[in-house]
Amino acid sequence: MDSFWSVLGGAFALVFALDPDLLEIIGLSMRVTLTAVLFACLIGLPLGAAVGAFRFPGRTLLAVILNALMGLPPVVVGLVVYLLLSASGPLGPLRLLYTPGAMIIAQMIIVMPIVAALTRQVVEDIDREYAEQFASLGVGALDRLLSLLWDARYSLLTVTLAGFGRAVAEVGAVLIVGGNINHVTRVMTTTIALETSKGNLQLALALGVILLLIAFSVNACVMALRASAVRAAYA
Amino acid sequence: MNRRFFAAILAAALIGSATVQSASGEDRFIVVQSTTSTQNSGLFDEILPEFQEKSGIEVRVVAVGTGQAIRNAANGDGDVLLVHSKPSEEKFVADGLGVSRADVMYNDFVIVGPDADPAGIAGGRDVIAALKAIAKGAAPFASRGDDSGTHKAELRLWKAADIDAGAESGSWYRETGSGMGATLNTGIGMDAYIMTDRATWIAFGNKGSHQILVEGDPRMFNQYGVILVSPKIHPHVKAEMAQTFIDWLLSREGQQAIAGYKVDGQQLFFPNANDGSS
Repeated sequence: MDSFWSVLGGAFALVFALDPDLLEIIGLSMRVTLTAVLFACLIGLPLGAAVGAFRFPGRTLLAVILNALMGLPPVVVGLVVYLLLSASGPLGPLRLLYTPGAMIIAQMIIVMPIVAALTRQVVEDIDREYAEQFASLGVGALDRLLSLLWDARYSLLTVTLAGFGRAVAEVGAVLIVGGNINHVTRVMTTTIALETSKGNLQLALALGVILLLIAFSVNACVMALRASAVRAAYA
Repeated sequence: MNRRFFAAILAAALIGSATVQSASGEDRFIVVQSTTSTQNSGLFDEILPEFQEKSGIEVRVVAVGTGQAIRNAANGDGDVLLVHSKPSEEKFVADGLGVSRADVMYNDFVIVGPDADPAGIAGGRDVIAALKAIAKGAAPFASRGDDSGTHKAELRLWKAADIDAGAESGSWYRETGSGMGATLNTGIGMDAYIMTDRATWIAFGNKGSHQILVEGDPRMFNQYGVILVSPKIHPHVKAEMAQTFIDWLLSREGQQAIAGYKVDGQQLFFPNANDGSS
């Protein structure tokens, strides 16, 4: 094997020689991950906020379950989604197996509990400060939920980024339900797994570096947006 | 203000789902359940564009171990099965899950091992003698252990050598439970002997000090077969397009494409569709 440093050097050389196939793979990675995170947030944010803000029977149990589901093994999620979407499975007629749609569903299931569990904690903390005010103003349940989410928006941005991080690095589930089909369901992580299995460690590592750079860019963009929003709020 | 914020999120979600919808739709494709050796060796990347250009049919390859490929195909998650474990393939057809089976091509298995060669098997042609020497010296041997075609072939050879390698699992016999490439990476990392198909080995990029030690034994012949998944059991199977692909693979043109694929000047697969025995 080449030395670690020569592999790393070669990796950076490849980063700056972006070819169309690589761009296609990066594009699909982003489309799948961002869509999955979006849907995970649409469910996870209100769900987490509701568990954090409202008192109801079974609330603690639900919170524990959400926390536990943060550790969902992606391969198990992939297997369950495969069995559901398989032609012999209950959702087989949708013909979603081996499409980006299947990958989005799997990643959404993995990311949603992370978003919900972290949102619950954030909202619960804020709600403690506002509970009396809400009560004295007689604010309705929906408005209370939306106000809490809005007030916690900067913390929830980080929650979203945690979900993004998990989704963008995920390989086990998308490999099973996507099938790593060239030009159809091949994303960054499955390409890295494929190149590793071909013994092309240098190329695999180079792709890893690119993935890291993309994740860094997305985080930087979100943080920049947040900073300008904060400035606008105080201007 | 916050209502507008949530309305914006909802709008973004709708746009997101719309782009996902537009991704599917196109229907001129078939799914082939196949094995890692055909994909990792680069064969499909070489021959599929030729077929697609001629027929307008896109071939989507899902590359997993033979065992998993057969199970996926049995579930109806593929139109064509292209694997290498003749007994399992014949059972697949006998069970009515596949229409018929045809020979496509062959290559062979080889035993690779470290330069040091602790069991002293280098240069041998008799694979059974080599396995006996490895077991006798308790030299590390990395097995796929994943129910793949290569794994099944390896188990048949251990059986022929009258050695219960599974009983030594965890000591010198190490089952990685992974694909060929991952097993090679692992085996090379621990200076183990590994049985691999020649195509994957030639195309493999991380050989270390390992080289081919045992080759040429007729018992290491590795036949690939192709099967159309039964449209009777799974009505959604695109039988017509799938049959077009199979016909092409077995045609003079397809066979020439397979023979023409070389890595480092070496031919990886040898077409034999017309040798009878299909």
